[in-house]
Amino acid sequence: MNIIEIEHLKKYYGEIKAVDDISFRVTEGEFFAFLGVNGAGKSTTISILCGKETRDAGSVSVGGLNVDTQLDAIKRRLGVVFQDSVLDSALSVRDNLRYRAALYGITGKAFAKRLDELTELFGLKELLRRPVGKLSGGQRRKADIARALLHEPDILVLDEPTTGLDPQTRKTTWDIIHSLRRNRNMTVFLTTHYMEEAADADNVVILDGGKILADATPLELKNRYAGDYITLYGADEEQVKLLALPYEQIAGAFRLGVKNTAEATELVVKFPQIFTDYEIVKGKMDDVFLAVTGKKGESV
Amino acid sequence: MKTLGYLIARNCKIFYKDKGLFFSSLIAPLILMFLFVAFLGNVYRDSLLSVLPEGTQLEKKLIEGFAGGWLMSSLLAVCSVTIAFTANLVMVQDKVTGRANDFAVSPVHQSLLALSYYLATAIVTLMICFAAVAVGFIYLAAVGWYLSAADVFLVLLDVVLLVLFGTAFSSLVCRFLKSQGAITAVEAIVSASYGFLCGAYMPIASLAKGLGDALTLLPGTYGTALLHEHFMGGAIEAIGAGGIPAEYLGEIRRGFDCTLSFFGNAVPEWVCYLVLALSVAVLAGIYVLICSLLGRKRKK
Repeated sequence: MNIIEIEHLKKYYGEIKAVDDISFRVTEGEFFAFLGVNGAGKSTTISILCGKETRDAGSVSVGGLNVDTQLDAIKRRLGVVFQDSVLDSALSVRDNLRYRAALYGITGKAFAKRLDELTELFGLKELLRRPVGKLSGGQRRKADIARALLHEPDILVLDEPTTGLDPQTRKTTWDIIHSLRRNRNMTVFLTTHYMEEAADADNVVILDGGKILADATPLELKNRYAGDYITLYGADEEQVKLLALPYEQIAGAFRLGVKNTAEATELVVKFPQIFTDYEIVKGKMDDVFLAVTGKKGESV
Repeated sequence: MKTLGYLIARNCKIFYKDKGLFFSSLIAPLILMFLFVAFLGNVYRDSLLSVLPEGTQLEKKLIEGFAGGWLMSSLLAVCSVTIAFTANLVMVQDKVTGRANDFAVSPVHQSLLALSYYLATAIVTLMICFAAVAVGFIYLAAVGWYLSAADVFLVLLDVVLLVLFGTAFSSLVCRFLKSQGAITAVEAIVSASYGFLCGAYMPIASLAKGLGDALTLLPGTYGTALLHEHFMGGAIEAIGAGGIPAEYLGEIRRGFDCTLSFFGNAVPEWVCYLVLALSVAVLAGIYVLICSLLGRKRKK
């Protein structure tokens, strides 16, 4: 069942086509990744989805609800984690959650109950009294996600949730998100420009210049747009040259690029004396993105 | 209503937690009071004596009570507006830091949000202005107290009305500000000019006729006039009780804006209240309406 349906969505800012006639669907419980460089149109789409921005054309529905006529109901089904923390840094985590819960009519005992659940889920007990401004990046991210889940939304929207975070905090953030998916079958709508974060997604849409360039599973995208890599150990360069493939020398090994797994298998069968110690891996989402958008050499 | 209460509590708490903001707002009236007393006290003492018949001898306490009344009423007329601008920084900061996005994706209505900022600003400004009133009363008690119980009550009523006016005016202006720099610039302009525009620094009666008439078109001047009358009325009556003819007392009232003149016509006190109350209703109404309309500006 589709929980988000976007049809022919357009949003122009004068001459700039921020979102240019895009259509896609997200099914219930899916981990959906929306990829693109800065300015690709990801955040604009999210803003329209959440009712923050108007649109110029197209239709948007969430859980069968129309964004024009049932926006309040849609907002109750969405939990949004923004790129930068939007909690009040001067206030404690408890106060932040209390005031944000009140936006959804959750007050008094209902709030106390929900706070207990979230405190348990995110291990916030020690943090509740501390001002948000004094928390570490990872702790703050936990509080941000807890805030987004206060009203028990069906869909968690993550707008570049790990941009600018250190590796440890990124890992903490992803551990929480994966745990939510595992335990609550929550639909996760992720926008990111870290391509590898989308590798575990059920479905990926790649956006560039406001248009959708690709819409498929990560595996399909890798098979379609990125070759495989063979890492070959224990061979010398003369042997590698025999394979007539592009290669690069890495620490104690050679890395060769092949079109796909079938080509890799053919090589292994054909040159068993060379392939005594090797591994075959799929291309990365970075390779997919570069192939799809033709942005090789640009920073993503 | 509960949500409104929580939002007001949140806005007030953020203001008080920002120690720089809170203390600067609190000491601003005290600094202004010191400057008034130190630099302008003599100007108003001399002005009073210049209006009276030549050779009139007044008790020092009476002169000090009169000049002190002018200074305190002027100070409160200015502070009720300038502090409201400072208190409204919470609203502007929410936009600058992106916290407004968090409210935008929640089902809370923009008009409710606008009302919460308005009421929180009014509460904060009122508390600081009441603190300034208390200090002013202590000062007057020390140098010369001529206020009746009715005067005290009316001073408090005037301050409430002026704070509501200042809050509505500043909320309307701040609604369109989107950066910290913008509000700093606006605050600087308001602080520098409002005292002249509302007849606090210089009596409107002492200005050129065209300019004076133009200033009476601004509703803030009516609040200033009310404060002048209620702070200085008792001292003027005491001057009359000392044998000064009524026409001189009328001249003092006109010369020091206790009785405001609108294009040559004396404005009764009830009209001053009416103008002020209507201004509050109109400005606050426009502010909430604008916030509501901007929030609903969605493509159908």
